[in-house]
Amino acid sequence: MAQQEKDDASGQQTGRSLTMSRAMVEAIAHEMREDDEVFYMGEDVADYGGIFDSTEGLLDEFGRDRIMDVPISETAYLGAAVGAAQEGMRPIAELMFVDFFGVAMDQIYNQLAKNTYMSGGSVNVPMVLTAAVGGTYNDAAQHSQTLYGTFAHLPGMKVVVPSTAYDAKGLMHNAIRDDDPVVYMFHKRLMGIGWLPAPDGPKTGVPEDDYTIPFGSADIKREGADVTVVTLGLHVHRALEAAADLADDGIDVEVVDLRTLVPLDTDTIRDSVAKTGHLVVVDEDYRSYGVTGEIIASVAEAGLDDLEAVERVALPDVPIPYARPMEDEVVPGTDDIVAAVRAAQGDE
Amino acid sequence: MYENMVTARQYEERLQEEYMAGKQPAFDISAGPIPGELHLAAGHEAAGAGVCQHLRDDDTVTAPHRPHHIAIAKGVDLKRMTAEIFGRESGLSGGKGGHMHLFDPDVNFACSGIIAEGCPPAVGAGLAAKKRNTDSVAVAFLGEGAIDQGAFLESLNLASVQNLPVVFVVEDNDWAISMPKERVTDVENGAQRADGFGLQGARVDADDAVAISDAAREAVGRARDGNGPTLLEVQVHRRMGHFMGDPESYRPDEDKAAAEQRDSIERLEADLRAHGVDDEEIDDLRSRAHDRVEEAIEWAKDQPEPDPDDAYEDVFVNPPSGVTDSEPSTADTGGDD
Repeated sequence: MAQQEKDDASGQQTGRSLTMSRAMVEAIAHEMREDDEVFYMGEDVADYGGIFDSTEGLLDEFGRDRIMDVPISETAYLGAAVGAAQEGMRPIAELMFVDFFGVAMDQIYNQLAKNTYMSGGSVNVPMVLTAAVGGTYNDAAQHSQTLYGTFAHLPGMKVVVPSTAYDAKGLMHNAIRDDDPVVYMFHKRLMGIGWLPAPDGPKTGVPEDDYTIPFGSADIKREGADVTVVTLGLHVHRALEAAADLADDGIDVEVVDLRTLVPLDTDTIRDSVAKTGHLVVVDEDYRSYGVTGEIIASVAEAGLDDLEAVERVALPDVPIPYARPMEDEVVPGTDDIVAAVRAAQGDE
Repeated sequence: MYENMVTARQYEERLQEEYMAGKQPAFDISAGPIPGELHLAAGHEAAGAGVCQHLRDDDTVTAPHRPHHIAIAKGVDLKRMTAEIFGRESGLSGGKGGHMHLFDPDVNFACSGIIAEGCPPAVGAGLAAKKRNTDSVAVAFLGEGAIDQGAFLESLNLASVQNLPVVFVVEDNDWAISMPKERVTDVENGAQRADGFGLQGARVDADDAVAISDAAREAVGRARDGNGPTLLEVQVHRRMGHFMGDPESYRPDEDKAAAEQRDSIERLEADLRAHGVDDEEIDDLRSRAHDRVEEAIEWAKDQPEPDPDDAYEDVFVNPPSGVTDSEPSTADTGGDD
């Protein structure tokens, strides 16, 4: 399939703004029109249009054979998607909340992720697993996790995390066209759902034509000279807000949006840290054994000398509490990022 | 049984008011005094009351994400449960669990927000009872949308092969969020699942509290007497959306209207009257339920919110010591500007 690549900056110079969910849906619809082998399956994806609007309107155009509601049986339908993908179809299967991964983890990490390797490359799994992630609306420990690290840790899955509508569309085109398993994690708070207000940032200009954003290309969402903040998903927007606050005090923050965790664009991170010398990593996933540690290790391996100070901001190692004061405490906020940047500066 | 059902209905009507008040005019799920999702059980009351009527405090119940009517019928502390739903310090879990994750060990009640995942722990409670040679039983409640999950099917098999004192109660309200029952299963009667695993299956087709109670008496009695597990499916109705804020645009109006007409509470009330219970007694029961609900809601709203730092407590009962903790170094420093 022909890939039409566009420069990010020029691509966003369009008068048309979309929410992140509309941008995702537009890419899915485009790919489904182009290729009859693409189909979408999940719980409440047809009539409901996806609990988080991930498939809004697709049933009308494509019908139930291609926008498939399934029984609540993640092991069966995610595994079935793996099987169909191994037959050469290009399924997109949705896990309603990433927290439900445990129900079907064998199909995800022993089948989806490993069959290519175990078959010596003779089998491939061109499937997209979409999953809603994230807290900030008090839904407690079984419905609020972000789990970037879990999926990125287990080999064999590409892991995509968009933070804007523009990125969401380009990354979705790429995900569906990719011949490998792609886990596409969208943050509920960014989707632009009526009942879960999004911050201003994720709704961006989106070209009507298709375009792809290559995996492993982190995006500098804000250039700065003093401190590098590396983050992804919702926390890109919190980091940008923190950067705006800090700019008033003369601290110039660069915000690097990873966009994909696997593959990880270490070059962009290292170049930024070489410039600023100060690294703050922000993640909504748990702190230990996760994204923050990985980013810091990758920078340290490449050039410890560049690194004058390091801070990390992540969810402390506790399940996500329900009550608002406690959830606000554990989910990193703009203030936490501001504090971490200041701490990194103070270490000079 | 009637009082439990009325209490559950009134309780949820009040919860609905409190929940919506803070979220309007434009519905924002993250705003208002009751945070998060809220799944109400209007139309399910007969299941909780009819089954739990036969249970003792030492019997275990696991409930799904729609738990209030079951919790009330099992005797969960209503005030502390309400405080939990409001996310208050005096809640059952100090505000950590919330409405889908209610735990009251005093009456052996627990919840899980993941579909069918309360079934294996119920099997475990049944296993413990058998090993300890007690006559307590375990009951796992689930929705009809959960009967295709591996956790449920595997639990049926394990309970059956080990002859455990477990009752699986499927509350069939015909809808799994937007999916009508006929599109998720090719069996009309979920209790038929029992046949494939060698345990007793039974279904009560009307949401009739008395019939549900009769069937539950038999199932619980079978378990208590050491005669093994039962899969009991009972018909209930969903009078509301899957969760508060669900527009239900997928649901035909006539289906919703039909659900609203089949009210198990009105039905039981008519039964009571037919058996000579007079208006005064019914009014008494209703007003007792009303007072209890108001008291719980008012008490809960007066309770303080938890301290943010409480979030770090209870990860372990016995917190590890002698190792570096992993709290963020900058959380409270505020930096040095």
